[in-house]
Amino acid sequence: MKDKLQVAALENGTVIDHIPSELVFRIVDLLGLNNLQSSVTIGYNLQSRKIGRKGIIKVADKFFTDEEISRLSVVAPNVVLNIIRGYDVVEKKTVTMPDELHGIVRCPNPKCICNNEPMQTFFHVINKETRTLKCHYCEKELHV
Amino acid sequence: MPHSLVTIANLSKEKILSLLDNAACFEAQPNRRLLEGHVVATLFFEPSTRTRLSFETAVNRLAGRVIGFSDAANTSTSKGETLKDTIMMVSNYADLIVMRHHLEGAARYASEVSPVPIINAGDGANQHPSQTMLDLYSIRKTQGTLEGLDICLVGDLKYGRTVHSLIMAMRHFHPHFHFVAPPELAMPEEYKIYCRQNGISFEEHTEFDSSVINNTDILYMTRVQRERFTDLMEYERVKNVYILRADMLTNTRPNMRILHPLPRVNEIANDVDACPQAYYFQQAKNGLFVREALICDCLDIEA
Repeated sequence: MKDKLQVAALENGTVIDHIPSELVFRIVDLLGLNNLQSSVTIGYNLQSRKIGRKGIIKVADKFFTDEEISRLSVVAPNVVLNIIRGYDVVEKKTVTMPDELHGIVRCPNPKCICNNEPMQTFFHVINKETRTLKCHYCEKELHV
Repeated sequence: MPHSLVTIANLSKEKILSLLDNAACFEAQPNRRLLEGHVVATLFFEPSTRTRLSFETAVNRLAGRVIGFSDAANTSTSKGETLKDTIMMVSNYADLIVMRHHLEGAARYASEVSPVPIINAGDGANQHPSQTMLDLYSIRKTQGTLEGLDICLVGDLKYGRTVHSLIMAMRHFHPHFHFVAPPELAMPEEYKIYCRQNGISFEEHTEFDSSVINNTDILYMTRVQRERFTDLMEYERVKNVYILRADMLTNTRPNMRILHPLPRVNEIANDVDACPQAYYFQQAKNGLFVREALICDCLDIEA
C-alpha cells in the first residue's frame, strides 16, 4: 500500500522496481542517472515479498529508450519498469535481452583485441535463455 | 565488390568450391599479371615467416607490388599507436592489407575500420582462413573429392586452431572424423557439440595405432607443444606417443595422405618424408595457389 502511494507520487517518469538491493548502484551507473538534471529517488533494503530486500529507483520526467532498457538485461534481467504519466502507471515494461550488446559487457579474454584497443565491446546474444554471449571479435563464448 | 576475408566460417559450400577451382587454375599457371598496378601491404604484427613469404610470393607472381613489415618491433605500434591508426595509414598506400596479429579479433576489427579489404593471415588463437583453404585444397587434390572422407586429426586438438577451423570448413562435405589426442589435449566440448549440431560423425581415441592409421583417407598431424602442459611429467609421458614413423605406414589405404600445418618438431619422423603418403611439403606449396585465389577474390579480380 505504501509502495503504491510512493509510485503515485511521481507525476511523470519511470519507476524501476524489483531491483535486487545490491544492484541498485550498478543500475544507476548503467543508466547514467548521476548525470540527470531531473529528480531521482533511490531506495534500497526495502521489504519485498518476492525477493526479500529490494531496491527501487524513481526518475521524474524520464522515459528510457529500449536501448537503455536493454542495458539492464545483463545485470538485472528481472526488474520491472513502470511508466508513469499523470500519476498513473500507463505501462509496465520488463527487460528483454537484445540480439546484440554494444559496450555493456567486458570480454573476459585478455588476448581479445577489444581489451587492447580504445574501442567498444560487441557481443552477439546467441541464447537468451542460457544467457550465452559470443564476442564479435575473438569469437569466445561467455555466460552472464 | 572488394571484400575482406576474416574467417571461412560463413563461406558457403559453393563459395569454397569456387575458390578451390580458382586455386587449381593458379596451380596450372601461377604467373599471371592480374595484380599489375596494385600494391598489397603485408602487416605482420607478429612474425610468421612462412605465411608472409607465401602471401608475398603470391603477390609477386601476380605482378603486384608489396609493402609492409615483418615484425611490429620496428613500427609505430611499439610507440603505442593503435591498430586502427596503423590500418588507416597503410590503407592510404595499399589496395589490400594482409595482416597477422597476436590478438584475437584484430583482423575483424581492422576490416571494420579499413577502407580497403583485409585478409586475415592469423589472429592469435582465433582464425587463419588461408591455412584452412590450403588444407581443403590439399585434401581435394589428393583424394579427388571432399565428400565423405575419413579424416584423422592427431595431436593437440585442444589448442590447435587449424584442426578446429578444418572441422568447421568440412561441415559441408559429410566427413567422418577420428580425434586422436591425450586426455589433456582432447577436442574441446564446444567443437564436439558443433559436430553433433551439424551432423558430423566422429570417434575419439587416445591410442595412436594401426587401427586408426589404416582406416583413414587423411592423417592430419599437429604438434604437441610442451608449453600447453602444466604437468611436465605428463608431457614426458605423452610426447612420444603421437609420433608417426615410416614403419607405421605399411598397411594404409593407397589413397591415404599425411598433412601437417608445419612447422613440425618430432611428431613426424624424418623417415616418413620419403614415403608416398607424405604430403606436407606439397601442402605448403599449395598455399601459394590458394593465396593467389584469395587475393584476387578479395580484390574482385576475375581469376
